[in-house]
Amino acid sequence: MIGATQILAKQPSKKRILPWGWVVLYALLLTLAAFYLIPVYVALNTSFKSFEEVSKTNAFDLVRAPSGSAYLEAFRGLQKGLLNSLAMAIPATLISSLLGSLNGYVLAKWKFRGADTLFPAILFGMFIPYQAILIPLFQFMSDIKLAGSIWALILVHVVYGIPITSLIFRNFYATVPSSLLEASKLDGASFFGIYRHILFPLSTSSFVVVLIWQFTNIWNDFLFAVTLTSPATQPVTVVLQGLGAGQISHYEIQMAGAIVAALPTLLIYIVLGRYFVQGALAGSVKG
Amino acid sequence: MTAITLRKHRKRAAHADQITAVLMVVPSIVAIFIFVYVFIFRTAGLSLLGVNDLFQMAGPKSWLGLPQAAFVGLKNYLDLLGSDRFRADVVNMLVFTTLFVGASLSLGLLLAVLINARARLEDVWRNIFFFPLALSLVVTGTVWRWVFNSASTGTFGLDWITNPRMAIFTIIIAATWQMSGYVMALYLAGLRGISSELHEAARVDGATEAQIFRRITFPLLQPITVSAAMLLIHIALKIFDLVFVMTGNPGGPGYATDMPALYMFQATFKQDLYSRGAAVATLMLIVAAIVIVPYLVISNRKTVEV
Repeated sequence: MIGATQILAKQPSKKRILPWGWVVLYALLLTLAAFYLIPVYVALNTSFKSFEEVSKTNAFDLVRAPSGSAYLEAFRGLQKGLLNSLAMAIPATLISSLLGSLNGYVLAKWKFRGADTLFPAILFGMFIPYQAILIPLFQFMSDIKLAGSIWALILVHVVYGIPITSLIFRNFYATVPSSLLEASKLDGASFFGIYRHILFPLSTSSFVVVLIWQFTNIWNDFLFAVTLTSPATQPVTVVLQGLGAGQISHYEIQMAGAIVAALPTLLIYIVLGRYFVQGALAGSVKG
Repeated sequence: MTAITLRKHRKRAAHADQITAVLMVVPSIVAIFIFVYVFIFRTAGLSLLGVNDLFQMAGPKSWLGLPQAAFVGLKNYLDLLGSDRFRADVVNMLVFTTLFVGASLSLGLLLAVLINARARLEDVWRNIFFFPLALSLVVTGTVWRWVFNSASTGTFGLDWITNPRMAIFTIIIAATWQMSGYVMALYLAGLRGISSELHEAARVDGATEAQIFRRITFPLLQPITVSAAMLLIHIALKIFDLVFVMTGNPGGPGYATDMPALYMFQATFKQDLYSRGAAVATLMLIVAAIVIVPYLVISNRKTVEV
């Protein structure tokens, strides 16, 4: 831990900010950090309490007798949901990333007539409130007998993932010099040859960005999950929402559950944060 | 092989490749056409019909894919105007959007400026402010619900979540907590893109730091402010999970935190008022389109220019 005095002692020599400027800077940062960490503290703290201790103390009182029993309960409750989420998010992430990469390749390097008007029309799909398609979607899934199955969610996440994944890959492939492609075309490389031997190997980091972004969003989805699943196929977000509720709320189980449900995407963020930020930025800053 | 036949051969291969390329995107185009455009059309169509029970909804369809029910024109929309719940939703949406977007933009800008002031341990600060974006709104809602529930019964006596006049602020705080780090990342990327020469020049001319920020930095960040505002408005318009988890459906107490997306969901999937749900959904889409389409057109024009 680095204390405030240490931070101040080590202040970099920068003339334009007065010494008290640094005090203000770190005071503000610490205050704001405290606000962002309140829920983390409360969730961790409560998750290690027993039911008796939760009902006697408030969320902010430090745990007195730490126990892991809430985690056992939460894990038991969420187990099926976690498996459903994995069964949904992994295939949907892989398929939508591959599809987006092929779309991006065509839209950036094999422009056909109308491609430039088609692209915004595809992107529009990423900006609609999904409520606007939810009723026909539900109807459609019932009609093709997929309602309530995990396949419905995979299909939905693949389709509604097309705009963002195509956007990220198109923007990346557009930066690859076309002369590189022309040269290999003269050497007789085909559509797939160019993709496999030139663009695909070049786009490893784009794939990491897209895979992470898609996985996180699909894992975290609630609207499609709550609309299209049956109790047996509910992903973890839907199960978590009902966890520890009942006659008496078990907040310690809810907090442990929230942590367990958040862990996969949180771990990805911790390990591959740089790519996650890139995905987040790609969704908003275009051109 | 002569040079001419070789060229012909290449030309034919190139033509075949171009066809392959188009064929590769056809499935995606068809999927988007159906799942976005046809479905939107059906939702809008449904909102003009009087479909109020499951039997009708699941019954035979017309060639447009709509249930065969009476055309009622704008009746569903007029019903919404007369509904206490929907009127509360509109007011809540306005309050929520204004405060959430305002708070996230200002907090995000503040965080970016602080971090950009070359604070030590930059990675630590950045991660503390940004990590909520990796979480599901269900997780965020579950934890903040407990924070506010506990605050209302405990020693704090902060009854916001049960107080109809204050409950909306609990949602605003949780949503801002989740999204302001994102805005920070956007601004930080923008700040780092501004050349320091510009600032140096202004400093040489005797400008104060405050003047430099107001006159140079902030105007240069304007495109980011616009993108971030679009994104936040879009998130606000469709807010669902967070309220569903924190204060239930309808968003309570009473309708104090209720939102159009919750009403849409309950009318459609709990009360079988499909046409009414479709009317709410159509209104949500129209508002989103009014905000998003001009932005999309402008930013697309920019990409083409570049």
